[in-house]
Amino acid sequence: MSVLQALDIGLALLVLAVAVWTIAAAEIFGAVVAYVAYGLLLSIVWVRLFAPDVALTEAAIGSGVTGILLVTSGARLNSAGKASAAAPPRLSLRLSAAALAIVAAAALAGVILTLPDPGPTLAPEARRELAATGLGNPVTAVLIAYRSFDTMLEKIVLLLAVVGVWSVAPDRFWGGAPAPLGRANPQGALVLLEQTLVPLGILVGVHTFWVGADEPGGAFQGGAILAAMWMIVMIARVSEPPSVNSRWLRLALIAGPGVFLVAGVAGLGMAGNFFAYPDGFAKPIILFIEAFMLLTIAATLPVLVAGPPRRSPKP
Amino acid sequence: MSVALDLFSIVAIVAGAFFFFAGSVGLLRFPDSLTRLHALSKADNLGLGLIVLGLLPRVESLLGALKLLAIWALVLLSGAASAQLIGRALRRRGGDE
Repeated sequence: MSVLQALDIGLALLVLAVAVWTIAAAEIFGAVVAYVAYGLLLSIVWVRLFAPDVALTEAAIGSGVTGILLVTSGARLNSAGKASAAAPPRLSLRLSAAALAIVAAAALAGVILTLPDPGPTLAPEARRELAATGLGNPVTAVLIAYRSFDTMLEKIVLLLAVVGVWSVAPDRFWGGAPAPLGRANPQGALVLLEQTLVPLGILVGVHTFWVGADEPGGAFQGGAILAAMWMIVMIARVSEPPSVNSRWLRLALIAGPGVFLVAGVAGLGMAGNFFAYPDGFAKPIILFIEAFMLLTIAATLPVLVAGPPRRSPKP
Repeated sequence: MSVALDLFSIVAIVAGAFFFFAGSVGLLRFPDSLTRLHALSKADNLGLGLIVLGLLPRVESLLGALKLLAIWALVLLSGAASAQLIGRALRRRGGDE
């Protein structure tokens, strides 16, 4: 057994151990911390599987954004006193949940273990048609060219999530702003972090989007980094969450799927098919769509974290 | 020359790994949150710094070296800031659990 194999097995065991910790943790906060660690370990697993694009997404979305969503939800549950009030589920319910989980895991394991070797793959086809898109990163080609309709619908799912979060607002707060993310009078260390990290983070986010055409990266990963920067700005109270009526916010939320849809319909006239790109112009159109998706992702994720409006609208 | 550089890399990376090990031991063994925080930030700053130093002779381009140094600087920044924030939160809560 080589050193790398031993490290891989150790990594897999560590992932399993942290997964168990996530379930077994007594407090919400402990479980969230374990979940964030689990996501970071998973992204190392994706790197070991030679899937750096997935690793970046897992670290940014699975660990980072989901982590802060869970932390804020946990804090709200705790302050509402609802976290500990619920009685633990009955033994029969817990046993049937465990049985269901075991059956699902066994079915997945069975499918994975009976896969033919080498496994079925579309990777050669994806690589063969890459030149037509003008891109260098086959993952970006899959996302924005081969299955662009799916990617567009994924952005609409994000929009639906925002509608879902906003719709739990009480009527009297509709049109107002969500509660601030951080405490009043933020600490000096937080302000320093905001002042130094955010300019760098914006640079890294735009860079991640831009190199995504040819190397690992893309609008989703770059957008998640930009979203994190906006969240730091809001936590340091340099800016407050925008009100849900704000026009620029709503435009930013629909820019990505909107531009994507317009480009897709334009494909009917320009290239003869819905979501087809004309020959030779694929790359500029793809980057144009991705730029607006970057904006939408950077706006959507902080809006989800900020939650429903909690203040009366300004007259 | 390359032997000397390899030796430099090995010494620096082993020293960095030692600091990470010492930091982990401190995290597990120290009695309260503030001392555990102290152990952790030393491991991040020195351990990662030494590992980056050991990797520098092995990079292929100047840009790669700058990226490594930038990663270290970012970890220093976020580590120092989050240690401050956790320390303040602990003091505000008034307990050392």
